Order: sequence, then structure tokens, then C-alpha cells
Amino acid sequence: MNATEKEGITFDNVGLRYGADREVLSDVSFTLFPGSFYFLTGASGAGKTSLLKLLYLAQRPSRGAIRMFGTDVITLPRNRLPSYRRRLGVVFQDFRLVPHLSAYDNVALPLRVSGVREADLKKPVRDMMEWVGLGHRIDARPATLSGGEQQRVAIARAVIGRPELLVADEPTGNVDPEMALKLLRLFESLNRMGTTVVVATHDVHLLKKVPESLIMRLDKGRLSDPTGALRYPPRANTQAGNRGDGRG
Amino acid sequence: MKKPPAIGKTTVRGLNPFGGERAAQLVPQARLAGPMPWVIAIMIALTVIAAAGGLALNNVASNARADLAGGATVQILEASKQERNRQATAAEAMLAEHPAVASTRRVPDAELDALLEPWLGVGADNEAVPMPALIDIRLRDDATEDTLNALRGLLVSAAPSARVDAQSSWLAPVFSAISSLQWLSAALVILLGLTSAAAVWLAARSALGANNETIEIVHLLGGTDVQIARIFERSIGFDATLGGAVGLALGLIVILFLGQRFDELGSGMMAGGGLDWLDWIAIAIIPLIGVAIAMLTARITVLGALRRLL
Ligand SMILES: Nc1ncnc2c1ncn2[C@@H]1O[C@H](COP(=O)(O)OP(=O)(O)OP(=O)(O)O)[C@@H](O)[C@H]1O
Ligand SMILES: [Mg+2]
Repeated sequence: MNATEKEGITFDNVGLRYGADREVLSDVSFTLFPGSFYFLTGASGAGKTSLLKLLYLAQRPSRGAIRMFGTDVITLPRNRLPSYRRRLGVVFQDFRLVPHLSAYDNVALPLRVSGVREADLKKPVRDMMEWVGLGHRIDARPATLSGGEQQRVAIARAVIGRPELLVADEPTGNVDPEMALKLLRLFESLNRMGTTVVVATHDVHLLKKVPESLIMRLDKGRLSDPTGALRYPPRANTQAGNRGDGRG
Repeated sequence: MKKPPAIGKTTVRGLNPFGGERAAQLVPQARLAGPMPWVIAIMIALTVIAAAGGLALNNVASNARADLAGGATVQILEASKQERNRQATAAEAMLAEHPAVASTRRVPDAELDALLEPWLGVGADNEAVPMPALIDIRLRDDATEDTLNALRGLLVSAAPSARVDAQSSWLAPVFSAISSLQWLSAALVILLGLTSAAAVWLAARSALGANNETIEIVHLLGGTDVQIARIFERSIGFDATLGGAVGLALGLIVILFLGQRFDELGSGMMAGGGLDWLDWIAIAIIPLIGVAIAMLTARITVLGALRRLL
């Protein structure tokens, strides 16, 4: 086993069913290579959110194996999961902002949870708010923000801790195309610092904006991988040096 | 397009425990504007009042009992004044020698006159209404029938007109009434205590119910169960402390007010109904128990909610 496989994230024949219903995910197998950029597409109800839930450790699969950062996270006892969650950044489809915290405090929350001192988080949080275009709204409660503004707070919160894996569920669903592109650049710059990125989206235009990205297509809970690239990607895709750097 | 902000290494991980004010703001702080401290305040006040009443009643009963249980009265029922005084003096001397007797006191005639004055009028002729001579006896132990019989045997020759009675026997019906009241108040304190505990539990639970979303978010951001539980424990502990303090204050006001009314009665019996320092400690512990229940509820509820999540 080489280094990338050891540190990557591997799904092996994963199946998921809610209760006694039919499986919403079946035989899903792939490897996320560290530092790669993935788009997850599929029709509404195909199981994108369900797959991401497994990735951000909100759900255990009904069957199959999942390894993350060199550990089998399925057999891991509950009390060891928080330290893995802190290595992830998640943009939830429904944002999940804490309603009575200001935008600033929502973005600072993951840093505070993992024990960053107030003095150390002030500037990064402000800079990040500035960059997502909400520098003037830092004291606003989520309810007073527009859908797109809430989404940007959610994104700022997901990337602020510089996660090893960024999982974003329809992160550009509520913003205009220009802001969508800007947020995509944020993901890419994080990606360039080594973060593995998985973005679930309906938006086919978005896929073309990141040429070196890999596409995961879900169809009724099954992952199509005709070339096997998702299981055994060509080395080129995992080499940071092979990426076009002329963007941005 | 401007470059995204560099995310510094310093922000990646830290060792600061997540607590204090920053963590507390995760829970909306309704404080006295919310219902929870007031529910707790009212329940604590009621429990404090019931407990104080129960403890005071207990003191009345046990003080009266201690006073009376070791007391006996000797009456010399003799019409002739000289004979009555002779027998009384002889009886007092003999009683004082007896090992079971701690002290004796001949109730002076003037005192008896004063006691009877409201019924007989001032300056009533003593000889017209013959009065018994009275000797109060404090016994070393309780006035059992055996002790009383021994005293009767002792007096039979020197003071044939003597009649020996336990003081408590006169008050037997009062004691039985007090004892039923004691049971009643104990039952009330227990019921109120349980109701308060349940009310505090429910108030804490409903305060948490609104925060399920927050619990889940912090959980997904990598908060540990203990971390999250502590945030809510602290917040609810604060509300409960506020409610407990208000409740204790309300309860004390009522107790002191009632205490004053009873003092004004000036009745010898009710005077024994004061609270001693152990009682006050017991009353002061009530709000602490309330706070503990509230915090325990928070802990159990949050940990329960978290256990349903992965
Ligand atoms: N908690 C749940 N309990 C039961 N069924 C669920 C649950 N969550 C999702 N499902 C079902 O699983 C299937 C996949 O849902 P999922 O949310 O993963 O789809 P999706 O691809 O994210 O769709 P969308 O693009 O609309 O967000 C759907 O049929 C949905 O009804
Ligand atoms: Mg979805």
C-alpha cells in the first residue's frame, strides 16, 4: 500500500439504507486521492447528500467498508470520531448555521470547538468574511441574511479550519454565477494547499470550470465509473505539478 | 479577482478548551425573561415553605414532648388548709429524696390563684372553693406508669390525699393531632419535592428542546459529547441558580412572616416551633438540590440526544 492510499479516503462496496427501505446507495466503491478535486453529480434523489453524509461522518453505512486518513472509521468507537470530524470541512445543503449566533461567531465556531485562542482567530475569521463578501455583515444573525449570504457564511465556516477534506453539498445553489465562480476559486485555492475537495452539484457549467477535476456520477444510488478512474485514477490526477496554474 | 485569504497555520489546531462565555453564547440566554428560572423559583419557594412548616411542626411536637414526658404533677386534694399544707410539705420532702426525681417545685398558692382568677374573680375566698396543692416534678427519665406507681406507693402513707399524674397524659389528644399533622406535612414535603424535581426536569428539557439543532451542528463540527453537554449544563445551571435564589428568597419571606405571626400568639406551645440551625441548613440545601437536578437533566438530555447521532 502506497502513501496516497494510506492517507486517502476509500469506500469499498458501501451500501446505505434508511430504516427498512430499499438501499439509497449500493455497491459504492471509490478512492479519494489526497489533494484531488471531485465533483459529485446526479439527479435529484440520486443519493448525493447520502453519500456526503457518510463522508462527513454523520451516518454509518449499512454495509461495506470506509477508511479515512488510514483508519477504519466504521469500527471506530463513537468517542474517537470528533477528532476525525475536526479534520473535515462541511458545507451542508441546508447550511445549518446556529440561528442565534452572528455570522462572525458561526464562522469562528469550528475554530473555537477545536480550541483556537480568540486572539488567533479574530483576523482569519474577519479576512474570510471579507473575502466571501460579508465583511459588512459580520454581526448579522443568519435569519437576517439572504439565502446566498447564508450559503457564503456556511462556506466560510467550512474552509476556515483549513480542513484535510472539504465536502460541499450544492454550495453554489443560491448564489449568482459570478459569486459561484468566486466560491469555486476559494475551493481551488484550498485544494492547492492540499485539501481534498468534493463538491456535489447539479450545475454542469461548474464542472468545466475546474478542468482537472474528477467527476463522480451517481445514478439511483449507484456510482458509475466506466473507466475505473475513481478506483484507480491515473497518477497524473494526483500530481499537484500537473495542474494548470494559470487560473485565478 | 482577488486572491482568497491565506488560512494561517495557527488557526488549524489549538489546545484551548472550548468553554466559558464563548461556548455559553451557543445557548440563547433567556435568563429571567424565560419561563425556566421562574418555574424553578416557584417550585423551590413552595418546597422551602412546606419544609419549613414540617420542620417547625416537628420541633413543636418534640419540644412539647420533651417538656412533658419527663414531667409529673402531684395534687393534694384535701379540703382542710392545714392538712393540705402538711401533706404537701411531707410529700415534697419525700419526693426530693427519690432517685427517679430530678427536681420538685411546689406551685405557690398565689400562682394558682392567678391561674384561676379569670374564672373565679379577684379575691375569691380560697376556703370557699377548696384548691388542691400542686407539686411539679421533673423526672430524670420519662414518666412511665412504673415510675408513677413507685411515687404513688411512696406517698400513700405520708400524703394519703396525693394524686400523681403524668403531665403528658393530659395532652394525649394534642399529641395525636400533632402527630397526624406531622405525617401530613412530611407527605406534603415529599410530594412537593417530587413535583419540583419533575418541574425542574421538564423545564430543563424544554429549554434544551429548542437547541437540538445547535447540538447537532456542534456535534458535526467535531464537538465532543462532554464538551457539548458541559455548555448546556452550565447554561441551565446558571438559570437554575437564578431561579433557586429567587425561590429561596420568596420562601424565606413567607417563613419569616409566618414565624412573626406565631410569635405574636405568645403561646407557650408554639414558642417551641422555631427553627434551629440544622433546619436552616436543610432549607438552604433545597435550592442546591434544584440546581443539581437541573444540571443533571441537562447532561442526561444532551448526552441522550447526542447518542442518537453517530
Ligand atoms: N433521512 C432519510 N430517511 C429516509 N430516506 C431518506 C433520508 N434521506 C434521504 N432519503 C432518501 O434517499 C434518497 C437519496 O436522497 P439524497 O438526499 O441523498 O439525494 P440527493 O442526491 O442529495 O438529492 P438532491 O439533489 O435533491 O439534494 C432519496 O430517495 C431520499 O428520499
Ligand atoms: Mg442533496
